[in-house]
Amino acid sequence: VEPHGPVCKLLHLHLIMEVLPTYMDVEHSRAYIDQLYSNDSHKCFQAVSELKFAVIGSVREKGTIIEQGVVVRLLQILRSSELDILLKTEVVTVLNSLAKGLPEHASSLVQAGLLPALWEQIETCAGGSGTSAYTQMILCCLRSVYRQGCAPPPPSWDHKLLTTLIQHGYHPPSNQECVANILAHACKTCEQQQQLVDAGGADLVACMLCSPVSRVQLPALHCLAAMCYKNERVSSILATKSYGGKAVPDLLVGLMARDRPRDMQLAAATSLTFLHRAGALSADDPKIIFKTLQCLVRMCRRDREVWERVEAANTLAYLTEVSTELQRTAAMTDHLIHTMNDYLKDTTSSAGASAPQGICGSPISCRQYDNPSTWPELMLEAALKVYASLGANDEDIRQRVIKTDGLMNTIVTSLSAACPAVQLAAVRCLHSLSRSVHTLRTTFQDHMVWRPLMTVLKTSSSEELVTVASSTLCNLLLEFSPSKEHILDQGAVEFLCGLTRRPHPGLRLNAVWALMNMAFQAEHRVKVSILHHLGTDQIFRLLSDTDVHILMKTLGLLRNLLSTKGHIDQIMQCHGKEIMQAIILILEGEHSAEVKEQALCILANIADGDMAKNAIMSNEDVLKKLMNYMVIPNVKLQIAATFCISNLIWNVEEGAAERQNKLRDMGVYKLLQNLMTTTDTALFDKVKTALQQFH
Amino acid sequence: KMATSSGRCSVEPPLFGPHTGHDPIKALYPMVNEEETPLPRCWSSKDKYSFIGLTQNNLRVHYKGHGKNHKDAASVRATNPIPAACGLYYYEVKIVSKGRDGYMGIGLSSQGVNMNRLPGWDKNSFGYHGDDGHSFCSSGSGHPYGPTFTTGDVIGCGINLIDNVCFYTKNGHYLGVAFTDLPPQLYPTVGLQTPGEVVDANFGQAPFVFDIGEMMRESQCRVRTTIQNFPVPDTYGQWQTMLHRMVSTYLVHHGYCATAEAFARSTSQDFDEELTSIKNRQKIQKLVLGGRLGEAIETVQQLYPGLLENNHNLLFMLKVRQFIEMVNGTDTEVRGVSRSPSRPPTHESSPSPPCWSNGRTTDPVPGTSSTPPSSSTTSTPVIQQHTSVIQSTKNVISSGQTSASPVTTEELNQRNAQDLRASSPPSATNGTTPVIHLPVPSGSSSSSSSSSSTSSNSSSNMHDSDTEMECMEANSHHLQETNNSLGDTSHSNGFSNGFSKDIDIQDDENEEAMEVENSVGSRKMCGGNPDAIGRMLAFGKEVQHMSQVLRRELGKNDHNKKILQDAFSLLAYNDPWNSPVGWQLDPLQREPVCQSLNSAILESHHLPRRPPLEICVAHTKQLISLMSRSGIGSCAFASVDSLLGSQQ
Repeated sequence: VEPHGPVCKLLHLHLIMEVLPTYMDVEHSRAYIDQLYSNDSHKCFQAVSELKFAVIGSVREKGTIIEQGVVVRLLQILRSSELDILLKTEVVTVLNSLAKGLPEHASSLVQAGLLPALWEQIETCAGGSGTSAYTQMILCCLRSVYRQGCAPPPPSWDHKLLTTLIQHGYHPPSNQECVANILAHACKTCEQQQQLVDAGGADLVACMLCSPVSRVQLPALHCLAAMCYKNERVSSILATKSYGGKAVPDLLVGLMARDRPRDMQLAAATSLTFLHRAGALSADDPKIIFKTLQCLVRMCRRDREVWERVEAANTLAYLTEVSTELQRTAAMTDHLIHTMNDYLKDTTSSAGASAPQGICGSPISCRQYDNPSTWPELMLEAALKVYASLGANDEDIRQRVIKTDGLMNTIVTSLSAACPAVQLAAVRCLHSLSRSVHTLRTTFQDHMVWRPLMTVLKTSSSEELVTVASSTLCNLLLEFSPSKEHILDQGAVEFLCGLTRRPHPGLRLNAVWALMNMAFQAEHRVKVSILHHLGTDQIFRLLSDTDVHILMKTLGLLRNLLSTKGHIDQIMQCHGKEIMQAIILILEGEHSAEVKEQALCILANIADGDMAKNAIMSNEDVLKKLMNYMVIPNVKLQIAATFCISNLIWNVEEGAAERQNKLRDMGVYKLLQNLMTTTDTALFDKVKTALQQFH
Repeated sequence: KMATSSGRCSVEPPLFGPHTGHDPIKALYPMVNEEETPLPRCWSSKDKYSFIGLTQNNLRVHYKGHGKNHKDAASVRATNPIPAACGLYYYEVKIVSKGRDGYMGIGLSSQGVNMNRLPGWDKNSFGYHGDDGHSFCSSGSGHPYGPTFTTGDVIGCGINLIDNVCFYTKNGHYLGVAFTDLPPQLYPTVGLQTPGEVVDANFGQAPFVFDIGEMMRESQCRVRTTIQNFPVPDTYGQWQTMLHRMVSTYLVHHGYCATAEAFARSTSQDFDEELTSIKNRQKIQKLVLGGRLGEAIETVQQLYPGLLENNHNLLFMLKVRQFIEMVNGTDTEVRGVSRSPSRPPTHESSPSPPCWSNGRTTDPVPGTSSTPPSSSTTSTPVIQQHTSVIQSTKNVISSGQTSASPVTTEELNQRNAQDLRASSPPSATNGTTPVIHLPVPSGSSSSSSSSSSTSSNSSSNMHDSDTEMECMEANSHHLQETNNSLGDTSHSNGFSNGFSKDIDIQDDENEEAMEVENSVGSRKMCGGNPDAIGRMLAFGKEVQHMSQVLRRELGKNDHNKKILQDAFSLLAYNDPWNSPVGWQLDPLQREPVCQSLNSAILESHHLPRRPPLEICVAHTKQLISLMSRSGIGSCAFASVDSLLGSQQ
């Protein structure tokens, strides 16, 4: 039953007597709709009143009224400047009631242009008292629309409007509730978060947290969470705000106490989690590691509502995603690993459940729990995310997670699930678990996880999914992983080389990384295949990538390709020219010492080949560069360059004397002798070895 | 909303002793009656295996055996089993040293379980072991439970006596439920097995690492919700009618005449008693509570002829009280002569607490007679001063008074009065201040917001939501406040209610009375009037005579003998107010007398001696103490007073 509030009751009590009998008579004919268009404001008012009584509490009636296009007329009344405020209030009451119907109803109101009309009205009566019934009603209506989750937040707030809204947020409680809800739902982007803080939103939220009214506190918490989500700047401001002598984080802990309503506990825990992840509170802060963590784990328990459990698990996964300390604590708190196993199995319990009423999750998960048939999926997703976070860093926890009954099977089946969110969670989980050497060798092999993983990679269009999946693939391609061969058989080379051409830098990085791992101590045919599919053009492109990580991994790939004499010679024979060009490109470019070191190491590898040596020896420019690097004040680069020289002049090899002579003529010998004075032992050893090669 | 008036119940279960801040263990478990079920406070020096050594007030346990194998394991139990009335019990053990192998077990066991074992290995024994982190539930083989623990760790063991489950904590982190379906009467138990193992126990004497308080509040919240949501059969509105009936009989019983009338009108009920009768009783009660016993007896004899004649013990009680009031200087017999500027400050009492007149303030003297806090503050600074003349003189001499003439009692009294002033908060209306601090659990005076001790962090319901807020469609939110002090002061509700109301009103008469009040310096027996003293002594003889007659006619009566003795003892002191028997002069003591008289009148009219509401409250309290004795843990969170307080 939808309550219609005392505001309209009080205002129009005298009218009810007058209106009701007429209403009864015309109930079925809806004659009052015609009167809506009347120019007589009294008649119009009566019609709106009748409309109000018709729509309040009846979803069917709301739908019909919207279908009949009445909304347009209502908005027209709203915008007309000469019409009475009493009539307008009545109109907004009707609109509010309509907005409280199905989400579709709210959507069609938004499409009809409700929001700008309401904002306009708020502005118009901004000068008047905030407690006026009209303003209150407008705020209520905005609140109802936003809570339906179908209203797009304004791309950017109008500062004046935002300031007005925040002013309304201080008094009375009904307005506070509305403003908190609106802000919570309309704060999505980093820009909006900043705007909100700039307009005084942080102080308002701190004030509302101290409200004695839980219906203000709860949306205030949601608003706070929305403001500080992934926003370091805003979070640090909020964390230092205080109200009534208590800092916001302490207020949040108070609202998270066990005897608070559960939705409040959850919302407070979410806010603290976001503050932590945005760097405003450290992981070892008791408010985080004791209070927030315990609260969230508690909320995952079986005796809670499904939506609470899902929400709590998702937040918990986010809370523990990075910090090893939090992961360890969570793993031992209240049988969490075991509790999550329940989530995996809890697939039937909600089958017959009806749609829950009055779920007040955060705006982030708005309307997510409307359909009970999706609950098992949501639980599965949440649990997999928790497992992914728990197992991210600690091998002990990872082993405990893997031993969870049926988890591996669930992951494998979830990889091919229809729901992308579940797939993503499964891949995340797999990624965490793939950091274990032991698991790679045993469990992953037993479950042939590479098969569904490759399918995901090849079929998914979601960048996020492919990023995590390719990251997992990197680990599966490590040389000790038995999956490596199978993955190669699945056409991984071609796929990964394709991936290096994607615009998303994360994808390119993972692809090169995977190729690098793949090339490590690989058979010749694999290396040839990589070079073939990647192509030298693409190598050049990757080497000029703006992302230094990609550049480093590409050099690593080259290094891995150019290892062992036989391979070096063969590869240099085919691609020597391009490779040398690439190296020169790097050595001449403006790069960090690490990058250049990698390039020098590749040169050293090339110098290890038999024929490949000529590629360097014949290029005086490169030789001069090498000599140059031997004397620059960076030990790592000096070592790499000396190592390369040492390979070039290696004694037992054919043509060594000739090369030695050439280099001696160029002054390398003298350089080396000079370097003998170095204090760096590693460099000294390299220099000594090199000198010993000279006859 | 109703006034709790446990002070009027003769049977008071000993469940709610006053909170003593000095005993943190007791403070954790307020519903435990330690006379019946003492709390575990240390390890038992008897109930332990010989390989266990105890030090530091039996709180530190160390191992002193060979520690070769599991046959050398040794345990110790706490002095007492965990009382069910704890609701949620918790203790912590700090591992001071893990010794050689760290084979330590922490848990619970029943009495009689073999102590040559680690907790958990035998039937009715439960333990969490440090070496492997396993939990042992009456079995030699454990189950993986939690992390291992070692030197420096603090392990907590909690038992939820409502659900009968046990959980552990490690360094303040909750590890989850370890055991379910626990038997009753378990003792905290630790076991050690290798040399060098040392652990310290914290039974609550020091703050815990884990936040158990919050968990308790959660349990409290749960129990309260269960109670509030308990379904009542309400066919044809009988339940509602019954509740109305209870309220109205309560009001009638105590003579809240106008309130009763208004209530009856709004709930369309009838009285069982005529309005005039109620008013008569009210009048008598006013007189008794005002300390004007002589007039009260006269009025009773006039209005209810035969009542006192047929009830000699009651008459005797009234007469003894009259005697006390004469000493006090309040009874009419001595009052006329004793009216002087030196009226005793705390004992000149208003003829009636204003609440009886339902807000029509007649002659209140706030802060004097009927307010327990003021009288309690009186006694504190005064008792140390002196109890008799001789002592006081000594005190004064020893404190350096060289003057030959000893300080008179009057001067001392003046000092006392000054002390009293000094000890009360600096406020213009000196006498009234203590009243304001009284919690007022009844709804009748909700206007005085300063008196309700609502916890500041509570999220309270928005009272005005019905009238002002269109959009507040969700269900209402309960107040989450704890009103702990309620239990201590509830017996004076009627008075405090009336007073806080009167403070707001402050009519002329009130101010006048206060003016007199503030000029008073000392108090003397019978107001210091020799005539009155004579009358008092004569009356004393009369009462003594009556006692002898009674004894002859009705046989020996210990109660009568005692009250007479106590009353006469007042004469032994020069300053009876500060004497060991001075409590009798406390106006609060008029209440039981008033109560008995009221009950007798009602009974003579074939009406119940006690109102059903009070019987119901008393019943509930009895049931809760019965729950405690029967091992039902939820009684810990079902305190009647806090429950009623929470519904403000």
